[in-house]
Amino acid sequence: MFETLSLSRLPAEDEAIREPLRALIAETTAGLATSRRARSWQGFDGAFSRALGAAGYLGLTLPKRYGGGERGAFARYVVVEELLSAGAPVAAHWIADRQSAPLILNFGTEAQREFYLPPICRGEAFFCIGMSEPGSGSDLASVRTRAERTGSGWLLNGQKIWTTNAMHSDYMIALVRTSGSPADRHQGLSQLIVDLKAPGVTIRPIVDLTGDAHFAEVFFENVALNDDALIGQEGDGWRQVTAELAFERSGPERIYSSVVLLDAWIRHVQAAGRFDGATAELAGRLTAQLATLRAMSISVTARLVAGESPVVEASLTKDLGTGYEQSIPLLIGDDLASHPDEPADPELYRTLLYVSHIAPSFSLRGGTREILRGIIARGLGLR
Amino acid sequence: MDGNELLDPFARLLEDVATPAQVRKIEAGGSIAPLWDALKDSGFLDALVPEDNGGVGLSLDAIGPLLQALGGNAVPAPVAETMVARAMLAAGGIDAPDGPIVLATLTQGRATAVPLARVATHLLVEADGALRLIPAEKIEIGATGVEHSLAGHLALSDLGSAPTLPLPAGGLRPVAAVLRACAIAGAADRLLQMTVDYANDRIQFGKPIGKQQAVQHQLAVMAEQAVAARMAAQIGCAGGMPPSLAAAATAKQISSAAAGLIANIAHAVHGAIGISEEYDLQLFSRRLHEWRLADGAESYWAALLGRDRLETDLSSVDYVRTRVAGAAAA
Repeated sequence: MFETLSLSRLPAEDEAIREPLRALIAETTAGLATSRRARSWQGFDGAFSRALGAAGYLGLTLPKRYGGGERGAFARYVVVEELLSAGAPVAAHWIADRQSAPLILNFGTEAQREFYLPPICRGEAFFCIGMSEPGSGSDLASVRTRAERTGSGWLLNGQKIWTTNAMHSDYMIALVRTSGSPADRHQGLSQLIVDLKAPGVTIRPIVDLTGDAHFAEVFFENVALNDDALIGQEGDGWRQVTAELAFERSGPERIYSSVVLLDAWIRHVQAAGRFDGATAELAGRLTAQLATLRAMSISVTARLVAGESPVVEASLTKDLGTGYEQSIPLLIGDDLASHPDEPADPELYRTLLYVSHIAPSFSLRGGTREILRGIIARGLGLR
Repeated sequence: MDGNELLDPFARLLEDVATPAQVRKIEAGGSIAPLWDALKDSGFLDALVPEDNGGVGLSLDAIGPLLQALGGNAVPAPVAETMVARAMLAAGGIDAPDGPIVLATLTQGRATAVPLARVATHLLVEADGALRLIPAEKIEIGATGVEHSLAGHLALSDLGSAPTLPLPAGGLRPVAAVLRACAIAGAADRLLQMTVDYANDRIQFGKPIGKQQAVQHQLAVMAEQAVAARMAAQIGCAGGMPPSLAAAATAKQISSAAAGLIANIAHAVHGAIGISEEYDLQLFSRRLHEWRLADGAESYWAALLGRDRLETDLSSVDYVRTRVAGAAAA
């Protein structure tokens, strides 16, 4: 079953992106402590994103007429893999590059494409995604934030929460109700592009258990939006979001969230000269799993390249991948603390505990484990 | 030739000659001759033999789907092993016998539970740093005492005068491990399909058990493991013969670790019927356990892979893309 998930190779011309990109990444990551690099796609650095944009590494899948690279999903895979492996701070452009830009390209008007896509490719327009609300988490179809038609556009009222990077973003693409009531479920939902500098928008960062504030509450109080805030078709929001989630769930970020910690641990045991059977076994197990998950992730990308929307395949890979990411801090913690007479660098300890504390989010963001397993069950023909 | 042109006739052949009834008959001591003659006549046994030597000249990667089909049909004959052995014999200039051949790595003359050893006419044996083709009657092949199993414990006191063949880099185990990984992937896929079908048919509490979220989530995990096992098996095959240590280790580490989980979920969802002899589930779940243990289980390969990985100063991503996937792309 799921035969379309088959070993695929990254084309040589896309592999060639790695070397020049590494030099650019190294300029930024050289001065970052391991525990900072472990934040990876939670790490915000607008200047780094602009540098990536100037060098042509953003909007790789977009047409050239919008400032894109016209390269395709494999090229983007290579770039994302390099950024995550190095622990580069990519949060600023992350959502715009990954899902807002493809969404605008697929469903936007020509005017919207011309307005939003070039600055995304330059690393100058940052986006966030307004999905969750206080009463709507996994049950996304129950959103209550509402946009009413006015003579000249829309009047937006309501609240979003757990919105990653809202306080650093220029725009939010929000899933809102434009007709009917929450009882209508998937009907009557639309996606609107909200300028976060508009009057009536209030953003309140939320501090997490690691001390970071990467997500926020966003309040809308009589926010007036123009007609062209609507992206795609009115009432088509659910279908559009589903297509968008295939992009959100399919990338290598679903297997690499703990890779900075893994590499730091490998360097530690190498420096300690510890090559015994148990150590080799743990290193080997984590390596075999990474190799297999990477192959699965590339094969999901191959489905994107083939023009498909691999929702079920992406869910399989994300569920297995986030389980792997979450196992790494537990296994490495056990290893380090079971060698109490072998001193570990305080920065390694700090990185371990950062990843241990944030790891529960890996299987929450972008669709919980339970939601993904439901999607897989549907793909198996059980629903 | 695309995958289906190759796979379809092979799959049809297996469905014809390796039905569950025929598998049971052979496991009960019946002759494998009808099955073996059909396979020999099909020409598939020489799939890996170079065309110059009268074979088909396919790569390990190309026949990966066939190797999975062997597992998916619980074929009670060492077809994959014979394919590999015939290619190695051809490379060494030795005429291959007509009968089934198994691969065995002997340490101090012994090997434990070599699958299908008791139906083989010959064994391609790695011992003392060399490969030798040895007739089965020259080796003591003891029954394992495991019900229905055709595996055998091997003991060989004298290597005799059999000519030696060059040993592939890394020995016989890496390629044997990749064959097991493929068989596990094939059986895992068959078990997944059987288990999903059963969950849709079996009514409890007034509805199919597959409508229960607790059952759905077990099947989702099973599907993930089955896909991972297949992907790992493909990694093992991708670089051709002989597979690199890193590729073979990845294939067998992942597939062996998945095998036990998959067998357990298949049985959990099936309930009591699954452990009855007359129901076909056991044909596949027993094999998953046998193949998991054959030619090194998950921790054996994890340690070998880990040692190789720790000897490099590569990042984890660079290691997997240049040593595991990279070897595959060669």
